[in-house]
This record gives sequence, structure tokens and C-alpha cells, in this order.
Amino acid sequence: MWVLLGIVVIVAGFLLRFHPLLVILASAIVTGIAAGLDPLTILAAFGKAFNEARYVSIIWIVLPVVGLLEAYGLQERARGLIARMRGATVGQFLAGYMLLRQGLAAVGLTSVAGHAQTVRPLVAPIAEAAAEAQAGDLDDDRREEVKAWAAATDNIGLFFGEDIFLAIGSILLIKGLLEQYGISLEPLHLSVWAIPTAIAAFLIHGFRLWRLDRRLKRGPAATEEAA
Amino acid sequence: MITLHWVYAVAGAMFAAFALLGLADRANPRRWTTAAFWALLALSMWGGDWLGDLGNGVLLLGLVALAGLGGMGRGQGPVPDAVRRDRSARMGNRLFVIALIIPATALVGTFAFKQAPAWFDGKQATLIALALGVLIASLVGCLWLRAGPTEPLQQGRRLMDSVGWAAILPQMLASLGAVFALAGVGDVVGQIVSMAIPQGSLLGAVIAYGLGMALFTMVMGNAFAAFPVMTAAIGLPLLIRTYGGDPAIVCAIGMLAGFCGTLMTPMAANFNLVPAALLDLKDKHGVIKRQVGTAVPLLIVNIFLIYWLAFP
Repeated sequence: MWVLLGIVVIVAGFLLRFHPLLVILASAIVTGIAAGLDPLTILAAFGKAFNEARYVSIIWIVLPVVGLLEAYGLQERARGLIARMRGATVGQFLAGYMLLRQGLAAVGLTSVAGHAQTVRPLVAPIAEAAAEAQAGDLDDDRREEVKAWAAATDNIGLFFGEDIFLAIGSILLIKGLLEQYGISLEPLHLSVWAIPTAIAAFLIHGFRLWRLDRRLKRGPAATEEAA
Repeated sequence: MITLHWVYAVAGAMFAAFALLGLADRANPRRWTTAAFWALLALSMWGGDWLGDLGNGVLLLGLVALAGLGGMGRGQGPVPDAVRRDRSARMGNRLFVIALIIPATALVGTFAFKQAPAWFDGKQATLIALALGVLIASLVGCLWLRAGPTEPLQQGRRLMDSVGWAAILPQMLASLGAVFALAGVGDVVGQIVSMAIPQGSLLGAVIAYGLGMALFTMVMGNAFAAFPVMTAAIGLPLLIRTYGGDPAIVCAIGMLAGFCGTLMTPMAANFNLVPAALLDLKDKHGVIKRQVGTAVPLLIVNIFLIYWLAFP
């Protein structure tokens, strides 16, 4: 029963915002000691597993290419694509942005868009302008709401697009962890199962964006949403 | 035969280059410790198999010490906006073409390399193809964009420094799973969970797993951290071993159930609180409020996807 202390340590450590790497190390040590292992055995087991799981950190070899492309204006290019969607309604525009975000993330371009890269400079202002065109004057609360929708759409597009790319941290973490338990899997075999959820995420969020459009059309009094 | 070790050699060379280039970057106030971190990772990639288990453990302690004591810093910033805008206009969509080389090579290679088992380790085809894609894309990028040969490494190092210690978080969590396994954590949790879930209720077990992933993620602020815990507790002993679920489906969609939790928690500050500040929202939970309406139904969808797809 005492081996569960390791789980308590990792949950409490993350909750209390200690340095995550120190928390993981502490959790390993506590788990090992609770299981009656001596410290050197724990360290050797952890080291052995770390060495076997090296491929999890292989994902970073894409950074030189991403960095090169960014230095030559990939983000600016993506912003050009987003700006071209100007003129749609808020809901249509954000749904289009979500599709673009999911698609870019699915081919491994997670850092091309994002809150600092695209949402603040581009997506939120375009969404605001579109909402203004739809509803006439926007009061402060609705302006806030539309901006929050822009950021939310970015997160959702990223989360449910990135796992389709086979060399992303979460996919290789799954592969690495299962290998520790003796189950060997291919990254591609894992990433294809991210596709059903990606489609569901687009449908659910797209439906909510469609409803946002309808609410905006009805005028200033009807923008409150329970969610 | 080309195996994973070739990929480790490439990755080791890259981390070594990051360390060397980082040492020359005086804009980084912690350049010595930052370079030491990447150098240790290079050593792990190159020499991990010769270090021995304890040696790797000591290397790991070194990485954690450098990161945990605040040794990681950042160097020079990105290429100026005006230069990037100008280059972007000239380069056009060839930037996207180069970007697509990597996933295209990885996808084609995954299938093609299996046809040549004498040349490639088929089990690791995807990662070998990924590395090949990176090398091709770097070469094409340098030639087509007329960039200097060290430009990819310099720009890669800039991005790597901004990722910082988080770079080894997934690898550390995967390794923690091994310690959990050694200590028998899964067996203990499995016993407790099987008392809590009605005997023989597959749906009950799937709900416990999906909901557990989301809730643990909300508490910890990180789906990656929740994953080893929930896999040891429910995913492996119950869903995979007892009910014979497909491990790929259980885990891939289980992770996405965790992502639904990420959308609903202020603990995931980078995604939920930072953008609220960036957009000057008065309500710092404004972004989370817009996300809950998508996250909850999507979590339910994920639970049912596991239930339907993983247990034929």
C-alpha cells in the first residue's frame, strides 16, 4: 500500500507547483523506498529506463527545420492565410482558423500559430471586427467573450490536431511508457487513433461557434451563455 | 542495417551543436549551465548504452540538478520582424512545401522501410523515417532558401532554449513508469480500483479511466503527468490486461481525454491563464469558460470511443 505514496508525491508536487523534474525524481525515490528498494537500485532502475526511453526526446530533431522556416517567415505566411479569411462571420472565421490550426498541428507545425504568434496579433482582432459587423456595437462583456472564444479555439485546435502527428511528445510518451510494461507499439499506430477525436472536436466546437453566430445576430441582449 | 542508434547519433550531434553554439551566445546569462544541460543530453544519446544503468542514473541526476536549480536560460532573440516579413514575401509557399517534407517522409518511410528489412529496423521505421525527413528538409531548406549551413542549428537552438528543461519531461515521465512497474504500483491500485468498480463492468472501468485522466490532469495541470498514473492504475491492469482492450486505442484516446481536462483547469496556466492576460481579459478564467462547453461533451465522446473501438 505504501508504494502509492509516489503517486501522492507526484500529484501534490504538480499541484503545489514545485519544479516538475524534481517532483518526478522525488516520486521515483519515494516509490522505490516504499517498495523496499535501496537508493542505488532505484537510481539504476530510473537510469536504465531513461536510457531505454531516449527516443521520446527524438521529437526535438525537428526544431532546426522549424526554426529555419520561422526565420524565413513561416509565421508571417500563416498569418497571411488567416488574414485571407477576413470578411466571414465570427463563427465561420473561428471555425476556419480551427481547421487551419488542427491541420498545421497535424503535420507537426505546432509553434507556427499560438496565442502570442497569431491569436493576439490577428485572430482576436479579426474576430472582434467580425462580431462588430454582425451585432453592431459591442459592449465590453461581449468584446471580452469574443476574444476569449479566439483563444479557446486556438487551444482546442492545437490539442486535437497535434496528436495526429506521429512525432509529438504525448505519442512518444505513450510508446515509451507501454514499452516499460512490455507492450511494443508503432507511433503511427497510436497517432491514427487521434483522428476520430479530432473530427469530434471540430464538430462540437464548430456547432458552438455556429450558435455564437446566431446569438450575435439576435442582438446585444442575448449573448449570455451558460457555458 | 539502419537502426534507432543512427537516429540517436543524429540527435546527439544536434544536442552537442546546441551546447557548443550556446556557449558562444553571450546574450544568455546562464549559458554555461544551459550548454551543460544539452551536452548531457548529447552524451545520453551518443553514449547511453555504454554508461551502464547507474551511470545513466547519475546523468539523470545531473540533468535534474541543472534544471531544478534554475540553470536554464535563453540567448539571443529571433530574427527581426521586418527581415522575416521581407523574406516571407520572397519565399512564398515554398516554406510550407519544405515543412511538409518531414511528415511526408515519415509517413512514406514507415511503410517503405518495412519492405527492406535487410536495410532498416522495421520496428523503428517511423522514427528512422522522421530523422531522414528532418535531414532532407534541412538540406532542401538551406539550398532553396539560400540559408547558411549553420542557420538551422542556430535557429533550432533558439527554439530549444525556449523549450528548456521541459524537453525531457515526457522522457522522465515514461521512465517513472518503469519505477512504478518495479514497485508494483499498478497491482496495488488495480486491487483498490477493482473494489470501487462493480465487478465485470467494462463501461464502468472505461468511465473511471477517461474521467480519471481528465480529473488528474485538472489537478496536476498536465496530461503528461496524469498519464503514467492512470495507466498504472486502470489502463493497464484493467482495460488492457483484464478486458483485453487494444493498448494503442486505450492509451491514444485516454491521453486525449486528459487533454479535455487541460482545457478546464487554471493549473494549465500556459494555455488558459497566459492568453487571458495576453488579450487583456478582465476575467482571467474567461478562456476556460469558453472551453468547458467543448471539453465536457468531447470527454464523453472520448470515453465512448474507447468503449466502442478498443473492445471489439
